[in-house]
Amino acid sequence: MFDIAIIGAGVVGCSIARELARYKLDVCVLEAKADVAMGSSGANSGIVHAGYDCKPGTLMARLNVAGNSLYEDIARELDVPFKRNGSLVLAFTDDDMSTLKRLMEQGIKNGVNGLKILPAEEVLKMEPNLNPSIKAALWAPTGGITSPFEVTIAMAENAADNGVQFYLNHAVLSIQRHSDGKFHIETSGGTFIARYVINAAGINSDLISQMVGDDSFRIHPRKGEYCLYDKKWGSLVTSTIFQPPSGLGKGVLVTPTVDGNLLIGPNAVDIDQRNDVDTTYDGLSFVYEKALESVPLLPKNDVITEFAGLRAIADGEDFIIRPSRRAEEFIQVAGICSPGLSAAPAIGRYVASILNGVMQRNGHRLEPKRDFNPYRKGISRFSDADWHTREELIKKDQRFGRIICRCEMVTEGEIVQALHRNPPALTLDAVKRRTRAGMGRCQGGFCTPRIMEIMERELGIPMEQITKKGDGSRIVLGKIKDFLGEDAGC
Amino acid sequence: MLSMKADVVVIGGGPAGLAAALSCHRYGIRDIIILERDSHLGGILQQCIHNGFGLHWFGEELTGPEYAQRFIDQVEKAQIPYLLDTMVVDIDEDKRVYAVNPKHGPIEIQARAVILAMGCRERTRGALMIPGGRPAGVYTAGMAQRLINIEGYMPGREVVILGSGDIGLIMARRLTWEGANVKMVCEIMPYSTGLIRNIRQCLEDYGIPIRFKHTVIKIHGRERLEGVTVAQVDDARRPIPGTEEYVPCDTLLLSVGLIPENELSQKANVQLDPVTGGPVVDEYRQTSVPGIFACGNVLHVHDLVDYVSEEAEIAGYGVWRYLNGLASQYGQHVDRRVKIETGYGVRYVVPQRILGEEDVELFFRSDNIYDDGVVELTDGQRLLASKKFLRIVPGQMERFKIKKQALSGIKPGGRLLIRWRNLA
Amino acid sequence: MELICILCPRGCRMNVEPGGDGQWEVKGNGCSRGKGYAVQEMTCPLRTLTTSVWVEGGTHRLVSAKTDRSIPRDKIMEALKQTKGLKVKAPVNIGDVLVENIAGTGANLVATRKVDKVVLA
Repeated sequence: MFDIAIIGAGVVGCSIARELARYKLDVCVLEAKADVAMGSSGANSGIVHAGYDCKPGTLMARLNVAGNSLYEDIARELDVPFKRNGSLVLAFTDDDMSTLKRLMEQGIKNGVNGLKILPAEEVLKMEPNLNPSIKAALWAPTGGITSPFEVTIAMAENAADNGVQFYLNHAVLSIQRHSDGKFHIETSGGTFIARYVINAAGINSDLISQMVGDDSFRIHPRKGEYCLYDKKWGSLVTSTIFQPPSGLGKGVLVTPTVDGNLLIGPNAVDIDQRNDVDTTYDGLSFVYEKALESVPLLPKNDVITEFAGLRAIADGEDFIIRPSRRAEEFIQVAGICSPGLSAAPAIGRYVASILNGVMQRNGHRLEPKRDFNPYRKGISRFSDADWHTREELIKKDQRFGRIICRCEMVTEGEIVQALHRNPPALTLDAVKRRTRAGMGRCQGGFCTPRIMEIMERELGIPMEQITKKGDGSRIVLGKIKDFLGEDAGC
Repeated sequence: MLSMKADVVVIGGGPAGLAAALSCHRYGIRDIIILERDSHLGGILQQCIHNGFGLHWFGEELTGPEYAQRFIDQVEKAQIPYLLDTMVVDIDEDKRVYAVNPKHGPIEIQARAVILAMGCRERTRGALMIPGGRPAGVYTAGMAQRLINIEGYMPGREVVILGSGDIGLIMARRLTWEGANVKMVCEIMPYSTGLIRNIRQCLEDYGIPIRFKHTVIKIHGRERLEGVTVAQVDDARRPIPGTEEYVPCDTLLLSVGLIPENELSQKANVQLDPVTGGPVVDEYRQTSVPGIFACGNVLHVHDLVDYVSEEAEIAGYGVWRYLNGLASQYGQHVDRRVKIETGYGVRYVVPQRILGEEDVELFFRSDNIYDDGVVELTDGQRLLASKKFLRIVPGQMERFKIKKQALSGIKPGGRLLIRWRNLA
Repeated sequence: MELICILCPRGCRMNVEPGGDGQWEVKGNGCSRGKGYAVQEMTCPLRTLTTSVWVEGGTHRLVSAKTDRSIPRDKIMEALKQTKGLKVKAPVNIGDVLVENIAGTGANLVATRKVDKVVLA
């Protein structure tokens, strides 16, 4: 029996979990997949937007600007990378110039600080690799970059440290409201009972909502494809480069990542299937061609991986954050598309205040926990450390002296730490997102078998049961000689 | 931090590093140390359990582990020190090598000479930009080789292989021998880059079809691979609409090229050749940074390990010359080396620079299949040397020996051209 | 039947047809070695088998192995099946016989890698 059940462990669910961990509540998070940040939170641009492109007066505008300003605290408390590198929206035509003016006015209304329209010469001085034919650019110094999955993981770990219980591989199948007002949530891993439910199920949040009879909104998945470049191109630009927004979103951007790579994307394609994260030839070509307009020097090769993510667009295109009209104790946090990552820290607080309101109507209220610890220490990173720190790390644990992922310089010590944190890393992708092992230019070709050996040893998972990302994604399908049946012949 | 000095630091304990260290030792150098990142010497040869190694070097056919062991035994006998589980993290132009291992922690070695012998890595799906899902079951051939031959696990049962490089062909047979069903090998080029022997013994023996001018254009599956779409390509390697075919499979192996692993070399400001992906070297395998040498697959991808061993010998000789002041004339500023450029039919040549004080052997690869012709070395006006070939193919490294006398008149800092000429 | 010679990079395209009294007629071979190869391939192609065998108590899970001489290609799968379920004890040295007279070919399956015994501290 829990006070609160949060459905979905993306950045929104985890931010809410961390926020609610401040109070005297029993909170659980139910996640269908094998790890946190497996949906949109694991596959997006990683941008902390300044907030000039949201329509004034929307929830989106308010929470984006508020969330953006919280990122220094998030980075410090949760030990995650964040850089306020600023962003530029380029103008190529006269039409674009009026778009910039509109964005700037909008930004000012939304409370975004420091916006300036810069002439081309000044822009090119800041970013010499941009297309020299630009006319001007809107400079937003508060724009930033972070690692979306690291933020999510860190929020989850901090919530877990403060008592929130995470149930991975627990897909919600149905929700019944009993006469005592409690929700009985049937999952693939058993039934959970909770007084309040928070629907943070991302792309599936309308389906979860329908389980309590609320079909007041629909989610329309919109796919975006990306290409990630080798680190040798990581300083082609220093700020995040946008093009004037299109009807379907903020357009194709070119940005350095906090890990030192270069990222281009996304396109925006409305799709039917909620699990369609396939990249396409057309999509990737479009992204490349568009990015080339901003940065003509962009190479055709040296891409190390491509991926696609979904944006959960709700009807009306604003965030939906409110109690369900069917049951006040069921709080919707849906339609959190871009700028969801930017807004996430503020969404956590906002949901807590809504919850407090509902609880007060039920004669309860949020009571702060005295022992809440807002700090979370990340995994000690060998590659970022100086030699003195590295020496200390190895002195304490020899495994920090054995490098497993040579591209990203990740040690066995880091991988072992990732496997034993809470929530734990149970899949190869989970190890990758926590340590960067396998994220480099060889894409795990060298380290995958070695990481599997470590997982087998540390977690007691047999090699054949180790998966890439849970469910049916096993890496190997048997031992050698297994398939040599009597019928094997040539 | 553990601080040491050494005359020669060899980075990598695979076939190139071992042979280079032994070569140095034969020339009387004693203060050598080999740094190897794995827990054993021998490098990638330990997972190449098939035979076909050593015909040139030892005059007999060996498997990879046997070939490696012969060199390891010699290294042990010569008592050349080595550190295992030791990853080199950084190196600078002053030949300071920074490494780390579990036992000693951080290590700094001031070397007089460095031999780069880090080998290569495989091209990945990401580099090819094959669209589709991102399921488990898409692996490089070398990773599959490690899973099977070192770990003892089968990556899958129903297999498609993209690329007809030798590792892919060898894996086609290895998987078949383990009871898996290899459905086809797709090769985007109209010819294979693998050895004829491997086409015969790894594919034809088992009736595995090889589809030339075909590639994989889509990967299907969300969790585990469910199939691939293959299509024929035109001469510009673009898929031809209407030729798509869905092939169900649980595993896709990629054998689409090897890339010399030169991230460390770049930290030391070693100049790279954009075609080979390895350092630009002279005939002693010295890079653009005096005292830093390179050999083996870090320099250019070899077809036979025997040639790696040979090249490593040369690098050892080069180090000996360097440490004895015989190489002082090619200092950073006064470069007397002659540049060799590639002309018709020649994709690359190693070395790319020569001094020409001794006989020189050029290693080169063609950019296509050519029959009946000669490879020529000219200085623009004069033909300096030529060699007849019945056939040259891109998959095979060719050799071209130049006599010292032929190079006697070349101008320091000048240019030479290597090219193919058809005789027919 | 067409056959590409594998003995040198030239890769002669040979044509092999049965001649009179059990002889083979080879055309297109560039040298006499090619003819020998063609006849061998037509009568009884020989191959060296390489595989891995599980090791108990060793520093590695597997030891690599090969037949110490080439065996008829037709016997390969039978030989492989004979290695199913086989487990050898460490230490293993290069050349150690793992299976004698494998698949009745007269060849032995021998180790091609050294695997030491794990010494528990």
